[in-house]
Order: sequence, then structure tokens, then C-alpha cells
Amino acid sequence: MSNEHIDEVSGISTTGHEWDGIRELNNPLPRWWVITFYITIVWAIGYTIAYPAWPMLTSATKGVLGYSSRNDVKTELAAAEVAKAKYAAAIQSKTVSEIAGDDALREFAVAAGSAAYKVNCVQCHASGAQGSKGFPNLNDDDWLWGGTAEQIQQTITHGIRFASAPDTRLSEMPAFGEVITGDQIAQVSAYVTSLSGPVQNASLVEPGAQVFAENCVACHGDNAKGNKEFGAPDLTDAIWLYGSGETAIAAQIRAPKHGVMPAWIERLGETKVKELAVYIHSLGGGE
Amino acid sequence: MLDNTQVERLEAEAVNSAKVRQPLYAPRKKIFPKRASGSFRSFKWLVMAITLGIYYLTPWLRWDRGPFAPDQAVLIDLANRRFYFFFIEIWPQEFYYVAGLLVMAGIGLFLITSTVGRAWCGYTCPQTVWVDLFLVVERAIEGDRNARMKLDAGPWTARKLALRVSKHTIWLVIAVATGGAWIFYFADAPTLIGEVFTGTAAPVAYFTIAVLTATTYTFGGLMREQVCTYMCPWPRIQAAMLDENSLTVTYNDWRGEPRSRHAKKVQAAGQPVGDCVDCNACVAVCPMGIDIRDGQQLECITCALCIDACDSVMDKLGKERGLISYATLSDYNANMAVATAGGSCSVNPSLVRTDGGAFSDKLAHFHIRKIFRLRTFIYMGAWSAVGLALLYSLLTRDRLEVNVLHDRNPQFVTLSDGSIRNGYTVKLLNMIPEPRTIVVTMQGLQGAEMSVVGVDLPADRSFAVAAEPDRLKTLKVFVRQPADQVGGATQTFKFRVEDKASFETDEYTATFNAPEIAR
Repeated sequence: MSNEHIDEVSGISTTGHEWDGIRELNNPLPRWWVITFYITIVWAIGYTIAYPAWPMLTSATKGVLGYSSRNDVKTELAAAEVAKAKYAAAIQSKTVSEIAGDDALREFAVAAGSAAYKVNCVQCHASGAQGSKGFPNLNDDDWLWGGTAEQIQQTITHGIRFASAPDTRLSEMPAFGEVITGDQIAQVSAYVTSLSGPVQNASLVEPGAQVFAENCVACHGDNAKGNKEFGAPDLTDAIWLYGSGETAIAAQIRAPKHGVMPAWIERLGETKVKELAVYIHSLGGGE
Repeated sequence: MLDNTQVERLEAEAVNSAKVRQPLYAPRKKIFPKRASGSFRSFKWLVMAITLGIYYLTPWLRWDRGPFAPDQAVLIDLANRRFYFFFIEIWPQEFYYVAGLLVMAGIGLFLITSTVGRAWCGYTCPQTVWVDLFLVVERAIEGDRNARMKLDAGPWTARKLALRVSKHTIWLVIAVATGGAWIFYFADAPTLIGEVFTGTAAPVAYFTIAVLTATTYTFGGLMREQVCTYMCPWPRIQAAMLDENSLTVTYNDWRGEPRSRHAKKVQAAGQPVGDCVDCNACVAVCPMGIDIRDGQQLECITCALCIDACDSVMDKLGKERGLISYATLSDYNANMAVATAGGSCSVNPSLVRTDGGAFSDKLAHFHIRKIFRLRTFIYMGAWSAVGLALLYSLLTRDRLEVNVLHDRNPQFVTLSDGSIRNGYTVKLLNMIPEPRTIVVTMQGLQGAEMSVVGVDLPADRSFAVAAEPDRLKTLKVFVRQPADQVGGATQTFKFRVEDKASFETDEYTATFNAPEIAR
């Protein structure tokens, strides 16, 4: 206390702290401040008793009020389920076309379908539904099995070439490598390519047309426009599931690849499948 | 025999001995401000009436905005995220207007403080206004300073209890009214007041009233000057805004000292005597409980009531007013130099007066010129610049806007005929409370056409949609360009929106992506 410094102007001792000649007066705290401080301490103790707080060996104290943020989430989720119930009921009872025609229902189904898509479909069809080689792009207007909401629903429900589903969509292109000669494959490849773009060797196109007429029209049609009844692709458009160009086409003729899509009805249920169908239909290519 | 003189005496002292003991905390010293009267008091009554009037009445003003918007002149509609201020409507993205007003308020405070000191604190701060209001109630019920001090010191009688209960009841009524008025800024006031009284208003309304009632009652009635001294940061900041040319409430030592209660006796004894008769009127009226004669200090809110108190005493004594006055530090210092003969002696009031008793013409007086100095010009310039920028922005702002979000996944889709399609989320902002028909047109992107999801229109380069009043309309738009027209992997084009009735337009430049190998 010997080095105590008394401020000249106020006559109050200072704390000994000094900044550039400015000293801190050692005034007593206001009483209300001290009381408030003690109240906050009491409050804090009460709070840790009322709410989960003190860490113990395996968990924390539960708090006498029994509050839990997890319960809050549960309550909110239950409330959200209740709020969704009327939409779910409407989706259950209506056809996909009816759902797509109702603004509010469509909005709900698209949101729900989008969420279901991200969990179940992105593995093959990719996150933007743009697909990849062998997995169809769902944004475009080319549909192997039809692009109406009902046809999409049918495809999702029963799948494609999915052995365990009795009503699955089924088709198979024969492996023409065992039926026609290599020259004929080259010719028909050139012909098919010519339907949508330029070819390397124009002289192959005319004999190719002959081969096509003899072997392919049954499924792909006289005009090569395909047939959605049995998933025969349109060969005149710009979209090629297994790659464009004569080489890729020849490979698909010689030994075709056949993609498989699972039937989703058992796993997702009818409501989710309908929501997915409405969502896929809304991506811009729906018919 | 024991000889205690042989025991060594140690240099020791208890750390908490009475000599060095310091209190850890101190109770508040109660302040009983006396009623003042004078020109500053009258001005403060006027300011109080205006500020309280603005606060309580504003929510009840009506402003016709048509059938699609509320008719409350000032309304902060949190649920719909709109702010209405007479003819101005602000959407959340226009919050910069509020930010700009806050910047102006800040610079405005700098400007005011650098010219007339803590005028904000002394006259218009809500804390000051409400404390003043609470003191009016206190005086009306318990009497003026002396009566209140007597009552406070006296025992708890039935009369004291009755007076205290009625005082606190009226305070609480004011506090409830203050908290109650606040919520009317956030909802339609006539509807809400009915709901409040029938118990059907939202819980948050009652909660807000309760919180503001508590703060008003505590700060205005119980804490009073302690809010300014201990809790408010402004006194510290404003102190840095003052300079030697700022007007502050000043006790003019140069004419007041040496103060004396017995001026005639002292004069007769041949001693110098100043104008201050040490009547303590300035201390008695001070709502902060300080003595202005100790000089400029942190606690002083420059309410100027001490000027009124001192002036009325000077009038009675037949002396010039202004012993306590608004003065600048530079004038004060100049006059002190006169009174102390350049600091060579203590204050001698005869030095500031002529032989006839009038003030010497060597004294400095405040001149209006002192307000106009570089510092205040800079503040004024900055304040005006922000204000003009806001005004310009307000007058030229768009009430029709378009925002476009390009689909990124996938960026483009090749369709069966080889054409390329891009998807866009187009947001139309109709920012007026009237329904409008908005025409959306594409500019650029040769051969491309738009189609809108959910709108049954043939693909075209232009379409019209109905926009609801004061709402955002979101459209999903697909743009399709034929393969032979695609001009590169990235092309830019414009979405142009137009209201054909008002000719308002807005544009958004969007990009159109195509695969690298597209023809």
C-alpha cells in the first residue's frame, strides 16, 4: 500500500494502471451492479439445474425440466408430417396427370420427388438427371418407353428388364454379330448414321438400307423412328444412349448392351413413385 | 519484571485495517432534482412533447396505398418482410436505405456534438425524455426536492406508503403504455389494440410489452442517471467529438470566483468577490446530481437546467445572466486569461469588469462563426453526401426487377432434334402494390425460343404473365436454340421485362451454354 497513488483532482486512489499518463480510478462498483452480478450467478446455477448442463462420465445431467433439443426436432418433424398429410392423401388418390395439372400438388410432388430422386436415382442417372453413357438423360425429350407422366410412373414402378418383377418392361435386341456378316454390319451402321448426320463412306448407305429393311424394321420401324411399345429407340434423332457415330452403332449391333433398371414399387411405395414420376416429367422433356 | 520495550516492534499492518479498507461497492446516492424554470426548461418541455407525440402517435397515422397494401403510414411488417414509410415501401434487399439512415444518424451526431456538445443526451435521448416524464410524476405526487428528501428520510407512514404506491403505479402505467406503443409499429394498430385488450394478440406482442415495460420502468424510474453514467457508451464516444470550439454548458469561473455567500462582507473587507453566491441552485436542479462548477465532466448530459437555475438567481440579484452558460472552451480559456491576468494570479473578477461594473470589452463571446469550421464542414459534407446519395437512389430505384438463375446441373440438354435447351429460374419482382401484366422478352440468341413450365403458351421469344401486387413471381423458363443456330459453347443474351402500362423495364444478361462440339 506504500506505493498507492491518489488522484489529485478527485482525491480517489488509483488502481496503479497507467496508459500514457491516464490512470484508472479505483472507484467502488455501484451496488446495483454487484447485485446484478450475483443474480446472474444464481441464475446460471439455476439454469444448469433446470437444463442439461453438467458433463458426467458417460453423458451430461438431464436437467429437471427434461428439455431435449432432439425432442424439439421430433415435435417439429411430427408437425411437418401432419402438415404434409393432406398432400400425401391427395397424391395417393389422384393419377399422376391429375397431380401434374394441379399447381399446389405439382409443387409438392416435385419437391418430394426431387428429394427421393437424390437418394434413389442419382447413382445411375446422375445428380442433374443428365445420365451418362448407358444411363438415359431424363431431361431430354427422347423416351425409350414413353415420356408421359403415366408411362414414366410405369417404368419406375416395374423397372426395365428387372428379372424379379413380373410386369417389368422387357425387350431385347438380338446380337446381330451372329446373324449378319461384318460387311453388312458396317453397311447398316453407315445407313443408321446417315439418318441423323454425315457418314464417312456414302457408298455403304444404300446397301445398308437394304440390310436395315431385312433385319431391323420389325422393331425400329420402316422410318427407323423406333417403337415405345417395346422400347426400340428412335434411330433418326440426335440422342444415342450407347454413343453416336458408326463405330459405336456397329458395336451395339454386333453385341448389344442391355441396361437394367430396378422396379421401385416395393421399395418406395406408390406415393413416392408418383412423386418421382411427376418430378421427372417436370424436368423439361415430359410429353 | 517484563520490560516490553525490549520486544521488537514489527512494521506490519492488517490489509483490511480501517485505515486502508476500501468499499467494494457503493450504494447509489439518491438524487432529488429540483424543478427548474426558464427558457431551456421550456424548450425541453417542447422537445418532450414533440418526441413523445411522435413515438405514441406515429403508428396511428393512416396512408392510403390502395387495396393491396396496408394503410398504416409507418409499418414494419416482419411477417411479409416489408417496411412501409408513408409513400416509401422497402423490400428486404433494399435494407441499405436503413443502413444509410443509420450512417446519417451517426454522422449527424458527430456534427451536432462538435457544434453544440451533447445536445442529443440533454434534450432528445429517450432516456432523458422518459426520466423527465417520470420526474414530472414524482414531483406531482411527492412534491419538489425538499418535500421528497423529507419523505425519503422519514419513517414508513401510511401517507408515505400511499404516495409511493401511487407514484410507482403511475410509472408502471406509463411504462406499459410505452411498451404497448412499440408493438403498434409492427402490425395494424387499430386491429392490434383490439386484440391486445381482448387477449387474442400474438404471445410475442405481450412478451414485447412486458420487456419494454420492465426496461422503461427500471431505466426511467429506478436507474435514471446511472444509465448514462454506467451503462451508456455515448458519453465516452461523444467526449472524443468535442473540441475547443464546441458549445458546452460551462460555469464561468472568470466571473464567478471567488464565490461567496456573504459577498457584501467580503467586499467590505476589501477582498475580491465573484458573482457566484454559492446558493447551490445549479446543483439542486441537476438530474445527474453533479456540480457544474467543478468543470466539464463525464456525467454532464448538458441538459442546461443549471443555466436556468443560475439565471433566475442572477436575475434576483440584479446581475447579468450567464454565470453558467453555453460557452466554448476557447472562449472560456481566453476569459480565464483575462481574469487571472494571463495566469499570474488567482481569479480576480475585477479584471473582467470595467470601473463602471460592466463587462470588459476584452472578453470573448461566442460567435456563430465558430460553428463553421473545417471539422463541421467535413461532417456536414459527409452527412449531405450520404443523404443525397440515398435520395437519388430512392428517386431512381426500380419497382420492377428481374433476376435470373441459370440451371447448373445440367448446364444444357441436347434434345432429339439436336437443338440445345437451357433452363432458367426467372424471378419477377413486382414491387408496387398493384397487379401488373409483365411482358418477358428475349434479346439476342438467334433462333431461340422460350417455353414456361405451367404456363400453356406456344414457344415464342416473348410472353406475358400476370404479376400479383407487391409479390415475387418465380417462373421456370426453358430456352431452346436450334442446332444450326448455336454460336459457340457460351453465348449471352438478355431477359427483358416490361410493364406495358407504366413503361418500366429491367434487363438481366444471362448465358446460354452448349456442348463444345455442337455444330
